[in-house]
Amino acid sequence: MLRTRATPNGPLAVWFPAAVARRPPRPIPAELLTVADRHKKSSPYTADRGIPGAFEGETVTRRRFMGATTHTLGAVAAGAFALPALGFALGPVFERTKMPWQSVGPLTDFTEDTYVTRTIQIVSGIGEAGKSTVYVRKRNPEIDTEPGGASAAIVISTRCNHLGCPVRFTEAAGKFICPCHGGVYDFRGIREGGPPVRPLDRFYTRVDNGQVMVGPRYSVNSELRRFSPRDPGEPLDGIGQYLYPSRFSTPEKPGR
Amino acid sequence: MPRLKLPLPPVPPSVKPQPSRPGSGNGRLKPHEHAAEAGITVVDWIDERTSLSGGLRWMMFRKVPKGTNWFYTLGSAAMFAFLSQAVTGIFLAMYYDPSPTRAYESIRYVTNEAFLGEFVRGMHKWGSSVMVILVFLHMGRTFFFGAYKYPRELNWVIGVVLLIMTMTMSFTGYLLPFDQRSYWATIVGVNINGTGPLIGPYLSDFLRAGPEFGATTLSRFYAIHMMLVPGLIAALIGAHLYLVAKLGTTAPPWLKAKPDERLTEDEV
Repeated sequence: MLRTRATPNGPLAVWFPAAVARRPPRPIPAELLTVADRHKKSSPYTADRGIPGAFEGETVTRRRFMGATTHTLGAVAAGAFALPALGFALGPVFERTKMPWQSVGPLTDFTEDTYVTRTIQIVSGIGEAGKSTVYVRKRNPEIDTEPGGASAAIVISTRCNHLGCPVRFTEAAGKFICPCHGGVYDFRGIREGGPPVRPLDRFYTRVDNGQVMVGPRYSVNSELRRFSPRDPGEPLDGIGQYLYPSRFSTPEKPGR
Repeated sequence: MPRLKLPLPPVPPSVKPQPSRPGSGNGRLKPHEHAAEAGITVVDWIDERTSLSGGLRWMMFRKVPKGTNWFYTLGSAAMFAFLSQAVTGIFLAMYYDPSPTRAYESIRYVTNEAFLGEFVRGMHKWGSSVMVILVFLHMGRTFFFGAYKYPRELNWVIGVVLLIMTMTMSFTGYLLPFDQRSYWATIVGVNINGTGPLIGPYLSDFLRAGPEFGATTLSRFYAIHMMLVPGLIAALIGAHLYLVAKLGTTAPPWLKAKPDERLTEDEV
């Protein structure tokens, strides 16, 4: 009995259209087939292949259907625990952090021609490891000509932009020097020598009742243009700003 | 093939083990014979139900090529270094507290006060370097003996993954003492990760659990160091050993293969 293409869709074809749409197997030369083989491969319909209890128009055998169901259920069960666990582990990558304003003392403590060290809290809840040193000075309009700069104080991060060691301001040279691999930055924090890839990072500042307040960190390129905070070792000039994109975890700009 | 007869060790005849004469035990087993019987019974009971002995024989009693030498033990040495790390690590975990405020103190307690603590921690600390060295020597042996060639390429690939896992263990374990050196080494290491283009910044955020070294960075490193990676290493060592047993080892490159003369003879 031969069925035509006129009735190709059995009930299973609705659930597994791919199984029906599959191309029929390449015909095997008749002399290579035994009688049983010829019977088996001759038709996509189970009824034609002599499978007992076959439905009209059925193309997926019950063995195949059972196997596919079992594999699907197994994948659902594995996904039910694997996906939440993976999301849990990846969550912090997509979480925006907050950084409150912190006071580092009155503006009168600072001068235009040298830096003063202050300690601020970068991360709370981990004791001393959450603190970081920053360098603070008053803004000097003669040298601080960076774009968009209007704040009264300049706060420079001590994190070297080679690999993150803490830099030290050397008063006699008027430069920041990194002890690890010899990175050198000038008075404004712009790279002068060594392996760092961009100027020292800065912090948002504002003056509140005469107190200098420090906010979140931001990164700058070699023209001191502002970018969202990047990690050390990530250049921001030219193609660098696209190779090292802004992260989802960038702290929100705090309100006043 | 001739049956192999091992030479007897040179001991005086009076201490040579003599088989007891049949019936000399007067039908009764001596205590040590009872003990031996019990052992055999237990092993038989298990083997009858699992057929483990076949697999063990397949794994342990393999034919090895001529010229096998001490360099072939470097893989086992690396594995035993891993086992030593696993055992000492489990016991160190009994004392270790992965919180930023308590980690250094718990390590100080292990080193200075716990009985044998300095010794076990020293084994773990120095053993990690030993493991890295042995892994590289094993890799060098495989490379210079040409043992990575067909059909053993997959075993080389697994070995490279194991090398990367070992490096991951070194990186994550280095932070755990939480002193100045480990803190700054981790900052630098995470920043090196971050210099990878496009995904580097997000990879750093994943490692630190945030944009800065934070409250959960240490416990994250600890979980990776003692659960995630050791499990993967153990599983991959299993696959590595299975392939070694299945494919066999290679002869050293200085030995020329001597084919059967009947096969080399020209057919006329």
